[in-house]
Amino acid sequence: MGRKGLDYEDLNENVKKVQYAVRGELYLRASELQKEGKRIIFTNVGNPHALGQKPLTFPRQVVALCQAPFLLDDPNVGLIFPADAIARAKHYLAMAPGGLGAYSDSRGIPGVRKEVAEFIRRRDGYPSDPELIYLTDGASKGVMQMLNAIIRNGRDGILVPVPQYPLYSAAISLFGGSLVPYYLDEEANWGLDLVNTRQSVAAARSNGITVRAMVIINPGNPTGQCLSEANLREILNFCYQENLVLLADEVYQQNVYQDERPFISARKVLFDMGGPISREVQLISFHTVSKGYWGECGQRGGYFEMTNIPPKTVDEIYKVASIALSPNVPGQIFMGLMMNPPKPGDISYLKFATESKSILDSLRRRAQIMTDGFNSCRNVVCNFTEGAMYSFPQIRLPQRAMDTARSAGKEPDVFYCLKLLEATGISTVPGSGFGQKEGVFHLRTTILPAEEDMPAIMSSFKKFNDSFMEQYQDYSKL
Amino acid sequence: MAATVAVENLNPKVLKCEYAVRGEIVIHAQRLQQQLQTQPGSLPFDEILYCNIGNPQSLGQQPVTFFREVLALCDHPYLLQRDEIKSLFSADSISRAKQILASIPGKATGAYSHSQGIKGLRDTIAAGITSRDGFPANADDIFLTDGASPGVHLMMQLLIRNEKDGILVPIPQYPLYSASIALHGGALVPYYLNESTGWGLEISDVKKQLEDARSKGIDVRALVVINPGNPTGQVLAEENQYDIVKFCKNEGLVLLADEVYQENIYVDNKKFHSFKKIVRSLGYGEEDLPLVSYQSVSKGYYGECGKRGGYMEITGFSAPVREQIYKIASVNLCSNISGQILASLIMNPPKAGDESYASYKAEKDGIIASLTRRAKSLEDAFNKLDGITCNEAEGAMYLFPQLSLPQKAIEAAKAANKAPDAFYALRLLESTGIVVVPGSGFGQVPGTWHFRCTILPQEEKIPAIISRFKVFHEAFMAEYHD
Repeated sequence: MGRKGLDYEDLNENVKKVQYAVRGELYLRASELQKEGKRIIFTNVGNPHALGQKPLTFPRQVVALCQAPFLLDDPNVGLIFPADAIARAKHYLAMAPGGLGAYSDSRGIPGVRKEVAEFIRRRDGYPSDPELIYLTDGASKGVMQMLNAIIRNGRDGILVPVPQYPLYSAAISLFGGSLVPYYLDEEANWGLDLVNTRQSVAAARSNGITVRAMVIINPGNPTGQCLSEANLREILNFCYQENLVLLADEVYQQNVYQDERPFISARKVLFDMGGPISREVQLISFHTVSKGYWGECGQRGGYFEMTNIPPKTVDEIYKVASIALSPNVPGQIFMGLMMNPPKPGDISYLKFATESKSILDSLRRRAQIMTDGFNSCRNVVCNFTEGAMYSFPQIRLPQRAMDTARSAGKEPDVFYCLKLLEATGISTVPGSGFGQKEGVFHLRTTILPAEEDMPAIMSSFKKFNDSFMEQYQDYSKL
Repeated sequence: MAATVAVENLNPKVLKCEYAVRGEIVIHAQRLQQQLQTQPGSLPFDEILYCNIGNPQSLGQQPVTFFREVLALCDHPYLLQRDEIKSLFSADSISRAKQILASIPGKATGAYSHSQGIKGLRDTIAAGITSRDGFPANADDIFLTDGASPGVHLMMQLLIRNEKDGILVPIPQYPLYSASIALHGGALVPYYLNESTGWGLEISDVKKQLEDARSKGIDVRALVVINPGNPTGQVLAEENQYDIVKFCKNEGLVLLADEVYQENIYVDNKKFHSFKKIVRSLGYGEEDLPLVSYQSVSKGYYGECGKRGGYMEITGFSAPVREQIYKIASVNLCSNISGQILASLIMNPPKAGDESYASYKAEKDGIIASLTRRAKSLEDAFNKLDGITCNEAEGAMYLFPQLSLPQKAIEAAKAANKAPDAFYALRLLESTGIVVVPGSGFGQVPGTWHFRCTILPQEEKIPAIISRFKVFHEAFMAEYHD
């Protein structure tokens, strides 16, 4: 015996396997360059407030009052807080005995969960049970909890879209499961290809994998596509036939930039379908305060809702939630406020609606600006960002660029993104971080830089790209 | 069609883990509480008294004003532009909020931060650690987390490769450790604290347990120490701490030091010494001993459980290992910003000369003095009862009395398919509304029975709790006496 300290070799192999490119190599390089004084535009993560988006006023007023309830006793509080914010703060403090500083119920404050259920009922037209809604420190924690509950060993497979948000691949690695990819169809605007999905499942099963669950991200990340009602029906039928739990990541449901396919929840479609399927397909739906037009990433507020999950399973999930004691209470209040925002007639309604609309309209415009900007670049093809917060252009790299990359020990898209970073300060995430078809390269950027900065950013990108393509063009082929 | 996610096919590690602090007794208490609302007078008591969980503000403890002032201003920075705030907030809370916001890129408290937490806040915490210990701390060694618990899970995840990897854990322990080890598929290697010496730790016992585990093929990776202890409340003697550190170094163990109760000390003859300080006092540097030190905003005199603020300070790990720790932290992006800010505030509270110092000090001293009094009242009350002995709570927030249960009670428990202390705790709940956690939830020497009771109920309620408890206990012992 007598091992000295803790060596890298002695670590859990699953930990070593985990990759999370969103804060990986490109981000670390960008941070280094920033320290050296270079101006960096961070478009690696969906983090709106970091790029100048302002928080909505009303929720900040309410949470500040909850944070410092002594303000409510002061006769002058009405001078700097509107009456409805004051009333709402009292409403949440009444729901949370002990205030913001006490652990709540491990599932979250019952009153807030009721507000979530009410929101779901209004959105979908079907009742929702607050007892089956668990608040979490961000949606990611909920995803981790569910995957940890499902994955028993390396033979348990989870169907994950490619490209995907790499929380899923990271969590599956961490919990020792198998990722079963289903490829989205770039030619069809990143549409669902159920034929390919069925083939993936069959291939996995022939390798001894038990496919347990299917992840859908709607609207998609990094791809932005919005699923149609027909798509959702197909998916739910598929899960029913193949005995899969559906994990519906719907965190971008407020971020929709086209009118043909508005957001429709998996749960609504499930209940619309009626019959045995609506009572048997197991569904977990995820949401967050980090995205939408709220963008309150730093609060870590999220929830998951369980549909058709057996009571004993719910008990086990409750047990695991209780080990973490409770989600952070301010984040829970942000969730309550998002689920139950100011209504027409409320003092703060006009300001709230104006702020919200302004953000959404701007996101819609920026989605278009970016798509068009990428499509104007040489060897770049970009599907329209129908939803979410990202653009995922395909970069058609010349053979010489790919060869140069590989001899530098880098994946071609990583090589391209590093060069882009060094030339322009634009910090993106290479497509390999999300998964892509073999030999087809992409990068992910966000549509979040301020609108006034967009033209300069896109022109900087175009300048870099077109000269990169010129530099590596294989003229012998022309 | 068989449900795909049913208990039969859940991750067995999830099925195996347990967490008594919010377990069966508490769920039952919540049902009884509902019953009190819907059918008042239907039970022999008027209210449920939750003594099961270290959740001070749920039982009336007030937050520290200065901390809440700063947090409110950071939540709604627009306030800093308004003149009116001068009459609502202390001047130093205003300047602290401005200073904190200036250290956040874009002053955006709604943005994901660096995955270790905001650099400026980590600088503040490192300075606070340095000032506390007299040895330097580095902001790069600090990872801010949503409470201390996620940091514990992270290390268990890192350390446990398979069921043959063992973690030395004190018995009795805070059941986060047993739950986390079970969730990550490892082996819990117990070392027993000695109840007859005030829950003392004997290094020779720990060594014996280590060797015993190794002889069974367990690769023991780390030693958990909880100081001050939970549920046991003992504050380790400095000599003991030196022994522990040397032991870990000699045996190649990672030392996991849970120090969340560092500001809950109720006796004059003991002081908190961080393990970091002890390690550095021995002349051990980065090459000598991997150490993880945990702190939280949930305990102390601040008691801000609902904020989920905390950090771990990691020292003595190689660069490749640190990269892995960072990588896992980055998958969750970052901890909640408000909790990060609060962690920096507790490690750098108002100082003499600051406008808020006097009121801050009064609040802090008041809370600690009250906790000290309540710890003593409850300890004395338990010791006065026949069949109960209770060690002093030198620190933390709990008492862990031992029950000498008559044989008939033990048999009745068996017949009811319950552990004897769980049987006792359930009867206590049903007779008095008082909720405690059975000792079996924490681990205890086999054949001994305990329960954990917090010292947190409001001071004015303590006499009623004591008298109700006495009535129940005496009746219970009379019912089952041999």
